Amino acid sequence: MIIRAHDDRFDVIVVGGGHAGCEAALAAARMGARTALLTMEEDKIAQMSCNPAIGGIAKGHLVKEIDALGGEMGRNTDKTGIQFRMLNTRNGPAVRSLRAQCDKKQYRLAMQATLRAQPGFTICRGTVDRIETVGGRVSGVVTGAGARLAAEAVILTTGTFLKGLIHVGLNHFPAGRAGEDAAEHLSDCMRDFGFAVGRLKTGTPPRLDRDTIDFSLLAPQPGDDPPTPFSFRTERIPMPQVCCHLTYTNAETHRIIQDNLDRSPMFTGVIEGTGPRYCPSIEDKVVRFADKSRHQIFIEPEGLDTNEFYPNGISTSLPVDVQAAFLKTIPGLESARMLRPGYAVEYDYFPPRQLHPTMETKLVEGLFHAGQINGTSGYEEAAAQGLMAGINAVLKIRGEAPCVLDRSDAYIGVLIDDLITKDAREPYRMFTSRAEYRLLLRQDNADLRLTDTGHRLGLIPEGLYRRFCEKRDAISRERERFRKTRPRLTPEFLARAEALGLESLGAAITLEGLLRRPELDYEAVIGLAAVNGHPDADVREQVEIQAKYEGYIHRQSHDVDNFKRLESRRIPPDFDYTSVKGFSREVLEKLQSVRPHSLGQASRIEGVTPAAISLLQVALERSRRSAA
Amino acid sequence: MNVGDTICAIATPPGEGGIGIIRLSGEKAIDIASAVFVGSGGRTVCDYKTHTLHHGELRAPDTSARIDEVLVAVMKAPRSYTCEDVVEFHCHGGPLVLRLGLEVLIRSGARLAEPGEFTKRAFLNGRLDLAQAEAVIDLIQARSQTGLRVALEQLRGALSDELGRIREGLTRLLVEIEAGIDFSDEGITFISPQALAAGIEKVAERVERLIRTAEDGRILREGVTAALVGRPNVGKSSLLNALARADRAIVTPIPGTTRDVLEEFVNVRGIPVRLQDTAGLRETQDIVELEGVRRTHDALARAELVLVVLDGSMPLDPEDRRTLELLQEKSAVLVVNKADLLPRVEPADFKGFAGPRRTVWTSATTGAGLDELRDAIRDTVLTQGLEPSEGVLITHLRHRSALERAKTSLDQARVSVRRHMAAECIAADLRVAINAIGEIIGETTTDDILDRIFKEFCIGK
Repeated sequence: MIIRAHDDRFDVIVVGGGHAGCEAALAAARMGARTALLTMEEDKIAQMSCNPAIGGIAKGHLVKEIDALGGEMGRNTDKTGIQFRMLNTRNGPAVRSLRAQCDKKQYRLAMQATLRAQPGFTICRGTVDRIETVGGRVSGVVTGAGARLAAEAVILTTGTFLKGLIHVGLNHFPAGRAGEDAAEHLSDCMRDFGFAVGRLKTGTPPRLDRDTIDFSLLAPQPGDDPPTPFSFRTERIPMPQVCCHLTYTNAETHRIIQDNLDRSPMFTGVIEGTGPRYCPSIEDKVVRFADKSRHQIFIEPEGLDTNEFYPNGISTSLPVDVQAAFLKTIPGLESARMLRPGYAVEYDYFPPRQLHPTMETKLVEGLFHAGQINGTSGYEEAAAQGLMAGINAVLKIRGEAPCVLDRSDAYIGVLIDDLITKDAREPYRMFTSRAEYRLLLRQDNADLRLTDTGHRLGLIPEGLYRRFCEKRDAISRERERFRKTRPRLTPEFLARAEALGLESLGAAITLEGLLRRPELDYEAVIGLAAVNGHPDADVREQVEIQAKYEGYIHRQSHDVDNFKRLESRRIPPDFDYTSVKGFSREVLEKLQSVRPHSLGQASRIEGVTPAAISLLQVALERSRRSAA
Repeated sequence: MNVGDTICAIATPPGEGGIGIIRLSGEKAIDIASAVFVGSGGRTVCDYKTHTLHHGELRAPDTSARIDEVLVAVMKAPRSYTCEDVVEFHCHGGPLVLRLGLEVLIRSGARLAEPGEFTKRAFLNGRLDLAQAEAVIDLIQARSQTGLRVALEQLRGALSDELGRIREGLTRLLVEIEAGIDFSDEGITFISPQALAAGIEKVAERVERLIRTAEDGRILREGVTAALVGRPNVGKSSLLNALARADRAIVTPIPGTTRDVLEEFVNVRGIPVRLQDTAGLRETQDIVELEGVRRTHDALARAELVLVVLDGSMPLDPEDRRTLELLQEKSAVLVVNKADLLPRVEPADFKGFAGPRRTVWTSATTGAGLDELRDAIRDTVLTQGLEPSEGVLITHLRHRSALERAKTSLDQARVSVRRHMAAECIAADLRVAINAIGEIIGETTTDDILDRIFKEFCIGK
């Protein structure tokens, strides 16, 4: 690494070039901070280390929110996506989610190009061995090569690299990802600061050679035509679109796996870390759901010009020969050649209760953690944290109020609040059911919810913001028109209504009243009332959703008002919980370990009762008045 | 947990008293009070000045049924105990009236206060000084511990099992719906609309059944007031004594001996019954007797059950007929006493009155028919026809109000299923319901639902 003299002082240093690191670094640089990104291999920046897809149920919401705040993941996916599918279309608008298969190499290259084009931004190659502090506050990092880089804020986004240990069968060796070194020293330095450290595990399937797969035996899984982009700014999807395929395991596959469990690091106790239940290895699935006769496998291309295919559904850490043997039993994969075996990786993480809601660590001022280092899984979860860490690092340096999204603002708020409040027992992944205000936090209104924030932070360019404001105005005008317009009850109208099976339409019915009928959508109402529709599909969609779900939206908004009241009651970070008489031992321990920032957060800690919150409320008021 | 909403509670000690006070505090106190109170001058609470006292009626806003004649005290923020808008209803004492009053306030948008919550608000809003903070903490702690103990006692046995079944029913539905939403791309078949509707129906029925027991629960805990009414000398006092097995009323063969309203607490099949003997509804000029008749009318108005006593050895006379006429609307048991003598009345004589009501032939002298009378009293006051020992009864207003909220959400869910609303909307309703049940028997978190999904479905690509 060559560091020019004037380059060794930064505002923000981001350690790690994964999805969290990229968003953190871009946000910081775009907000005007002098930013450096430290990575082991420049070429691997924005690598999709596991499956070749971005988004999915609930994760798609995160990507939309990142985009609305001015992050990069959505746009980068649109640039490099080779299959887009809107999921959950059978369910309602709140849980619809977009997923895209990406060309992995193109994804990486496109993100790297964006980073390189960013002014005020430096990419450095190297590892970090130590975080340096002055008086409990971050002052910089020391690299593996011994170089000192000074910074006001440091963001750690080290993924699975901290003491990463890869398992293939009963063999294991230190590595961050297959073929890449682990970071061995940084987590020792963190232990010295007093951070609690945990161990997690995740896995990945073998990769297959396209030329050896018999696609004629597989069921094709086409994408949506036309594809819907993630980003509110994308006009058109540039990449050619391809098909995925589906196949299944069978009794013979399961028998081979069963016969070889004594060679599995999971089942022999070699792996200590906890793996995610939502992403079990194939051996886990075969053992735990022994009555299931088959498990589905999606055969996904890793790119347009690569032979690597990703068999989604058979993540495994069985020995290579067992992987090869069970693959041969699967229709279409009988003669498939493994390009790389599947493996499990164990890694250190820092339980995120040690974080403020800004992603800053409570132990070291100016040090932020984002991504898998916090025990999450998934590109999208990582990117969302990276973005918020980048934003808050800059706000901190400027001495400005932090940007904290709460559970009623965004899935990002749900994600971070869960991380800092709950006991994680496995790598954390987002689900729509985690969001209690799910009906309000839709992917279709992510821009309406968050663009103002992104703009205020300086992450949304003016022109884009103007376009957004125009759209927002158009939506309220169209809603107003639907509320006020009463269709003329001409004989033609009544005949059309009768043909649609509509009964008892009062003379006072408005377009909105019609739209609320379960059997009518926007287009049907326009046709029935013989009025003009709005030209913008997004506007039409918003008007329809807001009208159809108004009752539910209204009820949840009311819940949000109550939620905000408790959320706004702040708890000083140095509050002495032992001074409150009457807490049970359990409640006291929980409160001391989480140190919640608000009464709201305190009330969400498992085991903290409403009576305890009442006591806390009185004690807070007492200490406020004593101090005054 | 909510802060800043409007809370209510009975402010006077439990049990019988001359006056009972219901206190209402919070932003919407004036609005809620205005909805349930009609002042004597036709005005209501929002028209009144602060720190004034007014006479009027407490009414159920939906049916306009009168609950009690009350005095209402209005104390607007900040000059009140909690420094919020406070309205107090001074009702006639007695658990039933206060409870009904509280229910009306809850239905109109107030929430039952948490233990010590009024005092907590008084402190948080600066009404109590710092020195009192410790006392406030003690109060909250003591009250919530007592509350917890009472709640736990009530939750033993069959009631807790039944609530558990309701929660399990809701959990099952949520597990199905959430699995179908969050893992729809992983080969999970979504619960069919028919199965969903049937599942909601089943849980809703259980919740409704439990709510219906609330009235029985109250009766078993607080008892009922019953009045004995009939012509003089038909044997009312003898019946009272026979049921109470004690000589309390003066019994003589001279008509009009019982000049006052005598009462006795008797245990009828596990139900505490406050049995009042009345002077009867005789037409008389005697001033003392007239007063007795007036009191009889009052007692009848207050009674939740009337035992109409006829003399089986004499034909019905005009006073009997007038009494039967007068009590057309009341919950009643018809008692034909003196069954040991030669019968001079026939069922046909009072068929029009009896209708679905129970008729029992008794003899206070021999004790014949008394067991049957006890059964008839129990069956008439307990709507569910349950043995008290079965124990699946809601006796706590807090529990009932939680169940009512669960029911409202389940009704909403039923409508939404019929209207083909999105699954996430149904899930939102079920969440509200499970949270309401959770207030009684413990929370069901998102993680609990996810745990079940991972246990029951093979998730993961």
